[in-house]
Amino acid sequence: MASLAPTGSAHKERLLVYRHSVMVRVLHWINALVLLVMLMSGLQIFNAHPALYLGKTADFDHPVLSMSAWREPDGSLKGVTQVGPYQFNTTGMLGVSSFYGQMVVRGFPSWATIPGFKSLALGRLWHFFFAWLFVINGLLFASYAISSGHIRELLPTGHDIRNIGKDFVDHLRLRFPKGKEALHYNVLQKLAYFTVIFILGPLIVLTGLTMSPTVDTAVPQLLWLFGGRQTARTIHFICAFSFVGFFVVHIVMLVLSAPINGLRSMITGRFAIESDDD
Amino acid sequence: MTESSRRKFLARAAATMSAAVLAGCDKISQSTWGPNVLRGAEQLTHMVQRAITNRHALAPEFTKADIAPIFRANGTLNPDSDDYDAHVATGFRNWRVAVRGLVHNPLDLSVADLRAMPSRTQITRHDCVEGWSCIGEWTGALLSEIIIKAEPKRHTKFVVFHCADNMSNDDNHPQFYYESLDLIEAMHPQTILAYDLNGKPLPVANGAPVRLRAERQLGYKMAKYVNGIELVTDFNHINGGKGGYWEDQGYNWWAGI
Repeated sequence: MASLAPTGSAHKERLLVYRHSVMVRVLHWINALVLLVMLMSGLQIFNAHPALYLGKTADFDHPVLSMSAWREPDGSLKGVTQVGPYQFNTTGMLGVSSFYGQMVVRGFPSWATIPGFKSLALGRLWHFFFAWLFVINGLLFASYAISSGHIRELLPTGHDIRNIGKDFVDHLRLRFPKGKEALHYNVLQKLAYFTVIFILGPLIVLTGLTMSPTVDTAVPQLLWLFGGRQTARTIHFICAFSFVGFFVVHIVMLVLSAPINGLRSMITGRFAIESDDD
Repeated sequence: MTESSRRKFLARAAATMSAAVLAGCDKISQSTWGPNVLRGAEQLTHMVQRAITNRHALAPEFTKADIAPIFRANGTLNPDSDDYDAHVATGFRNWRVAVRGLVHNPLDLSVADLRAMPSRTQITRHDCVEGWSCIGEWTGALLSEIIIKAEPKRHTKFVVFHCADNMSNDDNHPQFYYESLDLIEAMHPQTILAYDLNGKPLPVANGAPVRLRAERQLGYKMAKYVNGIELVTDFNHINGGKGGYWEDQGYNWWAGI
């Protein structure tokens, strides 16, 4: 923690601590934007065939997930999402949703896709442009994290592992580290960040590449690794929604702990703590 | 600011920002410059995929057990023109694949001619741009043999495939399906003009009497109902000038991903 600047004169001193390096902040925000575009253009591509399968090829009669539209006797459209053997009425959201006031047949709704109107061609252009940004951004972060030692902040220590139970209970009680303790990632944060950056990130890239027929020719081992192109596509989809899950938890944790402080630290780099005289 | 008004402010800011991002993305999508910028990545992908893939590397092949009971047909399921219907009625006896363009030896190949040429049988996975895959067994004449037989001129860079299916609703202004491959893909050992699917003559829905198989590319490259092959230096003069029917509608010319 490079600089400690006292900003208050009360009994408890308020210190602005330099928390996030400029590299981490810049790459974080680029990544946030890139992931949003990747997700939404990915949903546009998914909408071209809103079903997922397992194996090498598509067993059209047995999707693991599918979105479809049924015509009701009264002429209206009903959106049906099927997960394994279970069917859900998802009219308005999945299968059938509103587009400029009209109910239309589409997997994910207009507001969730890039572009908002139906275009597989444009969805692919967005997705493959931003895929390069995602990979370059990820590689920059990985090389920065390794060369600067930042990666050590993301790896749980022996002490962390021994206290994981306590950390877990504290999180459930919404008791978050205060003071100097808040300047280090706790073990659950470390596990989440490490998993997302170093496991989920590479996994979503590799399963994406497995869908490319040319890459399958150059690196057929990918097909073996993921159990076929259609399984790779399904894993790719699950990874995408794992990123969404991470994002939701990330935001909830930010809001519950210290929203302004946390947000500022990711913009200006400075995180405020109240230091006791210890 | 109280905690709750702060939260409301943050939530509202986030919602406003994401709505702005969405509107912006649609604006960019509908501009002329936006898709052109995005298309820049296609060149990079093309270059990198070429660099990592041996020009002779074979697409994965599968076993008989993997063959789908019904090979899913997509795009045109029947050209349904008077001309095509007449060919169906006569069992494609008079069908010709005209090989033209930058060739010293123009050819007019009947289905029987194609069947007499060196062939290859392969069980491969068809990957549709929509995301699904289907496995089938294809038998066909090696495209490389056809090209060599036609004696290509120097300066040949692309091979264009002309098809019998009219994609336009307007019969007075027909827009026939077409596609193109570069010479690396065209000369690849798995690139064939297929006349059999799963050991039987190609059904109409799958492109009878002959369709292209280019196994390292997506399905839209694999033109059906092929009646012409044209060797060219570039395809700027053909239809929309983008090298294929779907390319003219905004799809990538490089269909390796």
